[in-house]
Formats: sequence, structure tokens, C-alpha cells
Amino acid sequence: MDRRKSLKALLVGGVSAGAFLEACKNSDKKGAEAKAAADLEAGNKDRMKEEIDRNDKLMKDTFFTKEEMATIGILADIIIPRDEVSGSATDAGVPAFIEFIVKEKPEHQTPMRGGLRWIDLQSLNRFGKAFKDASAQQQLEIVDDIAYPAKAKPEMKQGVAFFNLMRNLTASGFYTSEIGVKDMGYMGNKPNQWDGVPDDVLKQYNMAYTEKELKECVKFD
Amino acid sequence: MGDLQIKKQSKTYDAVIVGSGAGGGMAAYILANAGLKVCLLEAGPMYDPAINSSQLKNPWESPRRGASTKFRPFGDFDGCFWGWEIDGEPYTHTEGTKWEWWRARMLGGRTNHWGRISLRFGPKDFKRRSIDGLGDDWPISYEDVKPYYDKVDQLIGVFGTNEGLPNDPDGLFLPPPKPRLHELFIKKAAGNIGIPVIPSRLSILTKKINNERGQCFYCAQCGRSCKAYADFSSSSALIIPAMKTGNVELITNAMAREVLTNKEGVATGVSYVNKDDLQEYQVSGKVVILAASACESARLLLNSRSQRHPNGLANSSNVVGKYLHDSTGADMGGIIPALFDRKRYNEDGVGGMHVYTPWWLDNKKLDFPRGYHIEYGGGFGMPLYGFSWGIEKLNGAYKVKGVQKEAGGYGKSLKEDYRFFYGAHVGMAGRGEAVARADNYCEIDPTVVDKYGIPVLRFNTKWSDYEIKQAKHMKETFAEILHSMGAVVTWGGDDGAHNNYGLHNPGNIIHEAGTVRMGNDPKTSALNKWSQAHDCKNLFCVDGGQFVSQADKNITWTILALSMRASEYIVSELKKNNI
Repeated sequence: MDRRKSLKALLVGGVSAGAFLEACKNSDKKGAEAKAAADLEAGNKDRMKEEIDRNDKLMKDTFFTKEEMATIGILADIIIPRDEVSGSATDAGVPAFIEFIVKEKPEHQTPMRGGLRWIDLQSLNRFGKAFKDASAQQQLEIVDDIAYPAKAKPEMKQGVAFFNLMRNLTASGFYTSEIGVKDMGYMGNKPNQWDGVPDDVLKQYNMAYTEKELKECVKFD
Repeated sequence: MGDLQIKKQSKTYDAVIVGSGAGGGMAAYILANAGLKVCLLEAGPMYDPAINSSQLKNPWESPRRGASTKFRPFGDFDGCFWGWEIDGEPYTHTEGTKWEWWRARMLGGRTNHWGRISLRFGPKDFKRRSIDGLGDDWPISYEDVKPYYDKVDQLIGVFGTNEGLPNDPDGLFLPPPKPRLHELFIKKAAGNIGIPVIPSRLSILTKKINNERGQCFYCAQCGRSCKAYADFSSSSALIIPAMKTGNVELITNAMAREVLTNKEGVATGVSYVNKDDLQEYQVSGKVVILAASACESARLLLNSRSQRHPNGLANSSNVVGKYLHDSTGADMGGIIPALFDRKRYNEDGVGGMHVYTPWWLDNKKLDFPRGYHIEYGGGFGMPLYGFSWGIEKLNGAYKVKGVQKEAGGYGKSLKEDYRFFYGAHVGMAGRGEAVARADNYCEIDPTVVDKYGIPVLRFNTKWSDYEIKQAKHMKETFAEILHSMGAVVTWGGDDGAHNNYGLHNPGNIIHEAGTVRMGNDPKTSALNKWSQAHDCKNLFCVDGGQFVSQADKNITWTILALSMRASEYIVSELKKNNI
């Protein structure tokens, strides 16, 4: 977010929260070093000790092998490739997110590990090599067999279940990244003034505020 | 543990308060401002929203992207520490019954976790037995509480509108925010089928009310707690200001064990275990005020057995722990095709719904005795873990930009789908009144202790047909509203008789009440109408425990009003040397 704008909005709003202004000031310092120091200082103030310990432990543990991570990266970029609006899943760090989230949510571990193995076996049987070592065209041939739940062949259903999970985890990782949030056009999470639905949007949906609402609701100068 | 000993403070406070949520925070505020010396015990750590909130963090600043954990069941950014399960603090159930127990462990308690929905009970809500013959009337009426609701409105701040409704009283409201787009859709659709939708009533400051607290800046994140103190939490609006009087000694990480009494049966203080050094402590007070949550307060009383109070303190009536009830809850969601491919803008608004539906029907004409209100959600939320999960169930069902696609898929086409459906979902949640019954209760489990050696609660609660029929009505209403706005049900539509129409387990709505109820008859109630124990005149309970019934309204505003009322009474009684 634009910290200077939010600072201004807060002051306009007459807010007197010292710590919040302090936090914004620190973040306004130029340079990665200042930012890192501020993050270290402020980043964990919202965490309980038990949470910090757990995060540290999850960060230290490793679940996926190097080979599995490579396959995850390939699949993630097939699901969310770079396009004219935004970058790809790996640009947004999706594989690292998936590595973290399966440690956080162990119920994903076996479906992911087994699914990766399933897709490797498909590739091995069809092309004599692991999925990650197959050509892009060969990879897509397998993906096309499992990416469309309604038309997939019955013997592909395990692959469909895996690909659904992979698609959902990839979307979670991508659209919660800085790149993905921008792509989605989420414009909130910043101090502002809510003065109702924009006029052109009201018009588009044939909606209008009532006189009662216009009279009673909060107004801004 | 070689040198385990009980450390007694020599000082005697005017009051010892257990718990720092809505009830305890208000008591501390009133007593401290009246010049009384207060010791406030909180089982969790210090928490100041200005310093400790996750407000304005971006999704990528959480390694799990806001997903829930056992520490934060409502998501990694939620303001509340702990929830359904706390390490080392179990609770149990009688076989075949369910109760989900949310416990906050932090300054401000569960006021760090709620939608800031701030509803007054109406005149009928205090007299339900007189209306439908079920449960009991309160020993007080709306007129007794109204002056305190007025003062709470002014002290803490709440937005809303005066609608002149008979059982949803007017208040002293700040201006509400304008409805969001999906809320206009809801208002129109519900209006077309005779269901009222009015501005919500949330304790969020759309105008500045004093110099200590800021004004809402519309980030939609009240659930994370507000660094500008622009919404109500007990820490920011009551305890931190109370501490500025110099009259409050706050002891954090203090897990109360027992209320201490003397030979005459009068309360003398509270014993607690310090969670940091694991030593045992005692603090003394002229008055003991319980505000540990309905169930924790009941647990403390039942664990405070003595010769004078063999059945537990304030429990000669044997009602402590009984009449436990929660709000009912059932939900449904859908997608509004008219909102596909929406123009983007910031519609965060306040941290909660801008409109809601108060109970609008007459139960005499229905097959269930109590009402419910409806809460609404939807719009462009911050993308978090689970974002657009299950798109394979959606993107084959509708044309995307005029093109019918195969469900599922990948690649650039899939990215287009995600953008297309964003912001078109809407959800609704009914929150209703359950009938308080003696056979729904919590009690001390005879065999289980927590890690501090404190006997734990065993729950025994079940829904009756009243609540199940109410949930059925909720579901039918939601489907009608969704249908009326041209929406398609995407979840909650498969519930039916087989699962009590999606009625959540008792406790799940986190409005526990009734376990230390007030009444005029000492044989059937634990407290008198001043929230004062019939059996022990210097003991009070000011949380949801004292409720006789909990209305189709969220209970926090009434906890605040009743705690303020009891606290003013305590000040006056102490001055008169009556306690």
C-alpha cells in the first residue's frame, strides 16, 4: 500500500494512534535494510510465543524432495502461466507456499505426495521418464487427461482429484501473493473513506440509494 | 516444584475482577473511575491493539496466507488468541452431547473476536416466559436497563439508525456507512418478499467520539482489532483508559483457581496460578467480580467449595452451570450471476455488514417460539487462503465472457475465470434465540483436570425441536432471498432433516450464557437483579453467566449495560458500607 497516502488519510481522519503512525514512519524509510529492521521489530508483535515457535519449526522442516518441488513448479506454471496481466505461479513463489502449507495442513500431504507419484508413473509408462523430464508437449498431454473433471476418463479420476487439489493450492498461493492480489484487482487494505458504491456502478445495476440512506449515512467533506 | 508455596499479597483491593472481556472491562472502567482500587486478573497476555494488531498486513505477510490455525481458528490475522482448543486446558462432554467452547486468552478476552454487532435487547426479550410460557422472565425489564444502554452507546460508540421497531429499540447512534453493492441487491431482493433490511448496528466509530480513540478508516478488519481504537474492544475502549486512572493493577497470565471465602462464607479474594512462573498466588478484595465468561465463571464457582458453600459458591440453588445456551446458527451462500465480471473498486467498508435483518415475524403464528436475525456477507474481500477454492465446480456452470468452457482447466483461460467470478458471492447467517433449559448444563468433570490441576468442565447440551424448527425456517428464508435476487445457492443448500437443517453445534456461535442466572427467587437463581450472589453479598457475576435468556440479539451490548449497572451498584453499596 501507499504508506504516505494512508498516513495522510489517518491524519485527515483525526486518528491519534501513536504506535500506528510510528509503524508507518518506519516503513517509509528507504532501503531494504531499514525495512528488514522494521519488519523484525514490528513483524511479530501480533504473534503469541506459541505461534512464533510453530512458524519457526515449520520453516525449518522440509516435506517435499527436490524432485517433487520441481514437478510442483512445472504444474503450478501450467495452471497459472504468465499472461498479459500478470506473472506466473513460480514468479509469485507458489511452490514455496505449497511446501509450507502442506506442513501446516498435514491432510494435504498424502494426496500431494501420492498425486505427484501418480503423475510420474503416468509419464514413466507413456514416455519412459519422470513428468518433470518429459517434454512440454508430453506434460500437457497428461494434464489434458486430468484437468477437466467432467470429461476425464474413469481411469484418470485419481489424477483429476490430484489436479483439482493442485489447482486450488496454486490459486490460493498465487492470488494471495503481491502479484496475484494486483492481478485480481483487490483494491482495499488501505485507509480510505467509504462513501458508497461509485455512481457509474450504481447506474450499471440500476440501483440507487434512498433518500433515507443519503440523509442518515455517514458523509465525508 | 520443590519450593511451591502460596504467595499472598498483603494489600486488600476494593475489588478483584476475574476476566478482562466486556463484563470485566466495564467493571474495571466504572470502579476505577469511581476511585476504587481494582485488581484485574486475566488468564492470557497483555494485548494492546495499537501495538499488537495484524491490521493492514497483506495476505503474503502470513506464511499460511491467513489460513486458520489452532491458535487462530478464524484465520492467521484474526485478533483473538486461542479458540476452540487450548493446549493443556481440555473440556469434556457427556456422551451423545455437543458443546463447542471458544476461549480467548488475552487482555480484552472475546471482545477481540466478534463482529462488533451491538444490539440492545427489546422489552419482550426480558419477559419471554410471560409471552410464550417457556424459560423464565428476567427479574428486570427493558426500562431498568435502558439508561445503561444509553450510557454504553455514548461511552463506547455504535452506529445504526432509529427505526422505531417495537423489540429492536432505538439508541444513540453514530451514522452508519452506506450499503455495499451486494447489500443493495440483498435489500431489494428481501424487500420484494417482505423481509426488512436495515442499517446494521456495530460498535465502530464512524465519527470521532473522544481524543483517546480514532475514527474508522474503512479497512474492513475490525476482526483483527483496530490500531486506531476505532472499534470496540475491551482493551482499547475500557481497560487501557481505566488503567490511566492509576487505580487498576492488571495481572496477566493469571489463571484463576478459586474464589476464596472466610468462615462466614464471605468472599475474601481469588487464588490463581501464574502461568509464567507456575507459582500459586492469592489476592484479596472487599468485592469479587466474576467476568471470566459464562462457563469459566460457573467453573470457578463450582470449584470454590467450602464448609459454608459445600455445593460450590453461590450455588445453594443448584443452578450454577445450568441453563447454558448459545445462539442458534445456520448459514447459506450463493453466487449472483448479475455480478460476474464486476468493475473493481475498494469496497472494504467497515469490518462487518452494513445492513442486517432484525427478527420480523410473530412467533405465535410459527411452529417455533423464538426469533432470529440475519447477518449478510459478500463482495470483494481480501484474497486469502482458500481463495476461489473449487473453481472446477463453477467455471463449467456459467459462460465466462460469453464463452461456455469445460469445467476445471488451466492456463490463461483459467486466470480469466478467476477474475470473472471474483466479488459475486453472497452469504447469509441466521443467529437466533435458543430456549434456556435446566437440562442443558456444564458441570465439573469428576476425573479430569487441566495442566494447572484445576478441575475442568464437562458439557451436556442438546438442541430441542424449537431450535431445529427455527433452523429449518432460516434455511427456507435464505433460499427465498437468494432466489429473489437471482442468485444460485453454492453452499448450505443440501442441509435438511438429516442434519438438523445445518444447525451449528451448541457453542459454535460463541454466545454462551445462562450458567449463573439472575432472578428474584434464591431457590431458582444464583444472582439477584443486581448481578449479586444471593448466597454471598460481596460476590458478583457480570458476564453472560447472569443472563436468564439471550434474545435473538448478540449479547455483548447487554453484558456491557448490565456490568455497568452492577458496577454502579457496587460503588454505591461500598460507599454505604453495605458490602
